[in-house]
Amino acid sequence: MTVVRVLRDPLAWSLGAFILLVLFMPALRPLFAALFPELERPLYTQDSFLALSLSHLALVAASSALAAMLGVAGAIFVTRGAGAEFRGLVETLVAMGQSFPPVAVLAIAVPAIGFGAEPALIALTLYGILPVLENTLAGLGAVPRTVRDAARGIGMGEGGILLGVELPLAAPVIIAGIRTSTIINVGTAAIASTVGARTLGSPIIIGLDAANIAYVVQGAILLGLLAVVLDLAFDRLVALTQRWREP
Amino acid sequence: MIELDRVTRRFGPMVAVDAVSLTIPTGAFCVLIGSSGAGKSTTLRMINRLIAPSEGTIRVDGQDAASVRPEELRRRMGYVIQSIGLFPHWTVERNIGAVPSLLGWPEARIRQRAGELLTMLKLDPEAVRRKYPHQLSIGQQQRVGIARALAADPDLLLMDEPFGALDPITRDALQAEIARIHGASRKTVVFVTHDMDEALRLATQIAIMDRGRLVQSGAPLELLTAPVNDFVRDFVGREELGMRLLSVEKVAQRFRPGETVPGEPIAVEASLRQALSLMMARGTDRIAVVDAKGRSLGAVHLADLVRR
Repeated sequence: MTVVRVLRDPLAWSLGAFILLVLFMPALRPLFAALFPELERPLYTQDSFLALSLSHLALVAASSALAAMLGVAGAIFVTRGAGAEFRGLVETLVAMGQSFPPVAVLAIAVPAIGFGAEPALIALTLYGILPVLENTLAGLGAVPRTVRDAARGIGMGEGGILLGVELPLAAPVIIAGIRTSTIINVGTAAIASTVGARTLGSPIIIGLDAANIAYVVQGAILLGLLAVVLDLAFDRLVALTQRWREP
Repeated sequence: MIELDRVTRRFGPMVAVDAVSLTIPTGAFCVLIGSSGAGKSTTLRMINRLIAPSEGTIRVDGQDAASVRPEELRRRMGYVIQSIGLFPHWTVERNIGAVPSLLGWPEARIRQRAGELLTMLKLDPEAVRRKYPHQLSIGQQQRVGIARALAADPDLLLMDEPFGALDPITRDALQAEIARIHGASRKTVVFVTHDMDEALRLATQIAIMDRGRLVQSGAPLELLTAPVNDFVRDFVGREELGMRLLSVEKVAQRFRPGETVPGEPIAVEASLRQALSLMMARGTDRIAVVDAKGRSLGAVHLADLVRR
């Protein structure tokens, strides 16, 4: 029963495929050699794919976690008493920021900060805040007034209402924002290898530069699988936060 | 006891509640009634300080409500609203246990209390305690809403049109339930409605409000027989007055002890209105009266109903 369920689970499949490819990509060298006979080096070997994946994940995890914290905190701030007057400003910034392509943010970060992982981290974090903030505002706004009224009426404090009622009810929408932010960051982190960060984008950028299609394919497959794995994992997380909605 | 002393609430230039003074004795069932915008909900919400009065003071058992932390004050008062407002992501049991857990009751006691209240409100504890609100009917949800308000056994229950969204049959059942709970516990209840029949059925004290002012306050019979002005007269119903007078008195007050009459009897606790209705339906002018245990007490005659 459980075996069948695991076999049917797309998350298990894609995660398994990702891990196997990361660990055993070198074993596929004959395959790439056969596919691209004109290439002298059909396998990317400057870094191990494990190292690339780990540093890619670290960059995405750090920037998305920071973005999630800042986005949620910002939305909470502008929906409480003291911060309410900043709400209009913040919403305008969010709307403007969203129309800015992430690559452009990255491009701006380099002259400001220089090459390496830091500008990538900063650019990814800044861009990642926007969807989280927007969704947190929407999620908190969708908490029924009557539920908030009842919560105050029975004597819950403001902090208790936020942590016990508002955030749990808004959680699915907030997590959807974090998911958008994370998936965008997975892709943008790849481009960050152009500014000196070591990521799964490195084989792609180097491959494009050296006309080595095999490198590009190796990087792209892993990158795509990683995005799919994370997306499915967020799906699972969203479902967990709204189990109570089941009939 | 709740004392409102010249309580006023303004929203900008609008005066929602205008210098209302009202004393609600301990154990009373006080119904605030009036049309929409009369200020009755605002008055209710000032008692638990969801809205702060602009002027005037509210004392609860002699203590100025403004001197207590609002959260603490609210935890001592049950609160039931028309839209119910159950926490949708919490089970029925956790919803009912909301106030007790704020008060730091141990887990086992909260669970036990939730079971007691569900039974008291005629819900099967084992069937519903693990359910989520959306899995219940609206009527069941409001029963849980009432259970949540009663959870920490507050002396005071604030109810803001609690049965306004219910179908007539469910409303009738819940009115009976709340009357029974009030009768058994002698809690003080403050109840907002715009339904005069609901008020007459439940109230020991009715306060009629109009455009923010308290127009008249008194026992139901007093309002019906001695309205202070045309507004009250219109509100208690000119045409309906006779029937409403019947509905505030019980068979117990009018029946003739010892008489025996054939036919299906009526309970001594029934209203005179129910007695009249039964006579009309049967085409008879007298009905046997029995007590709650079904023992014969006497009979009530049509002439007894009409006599003032």
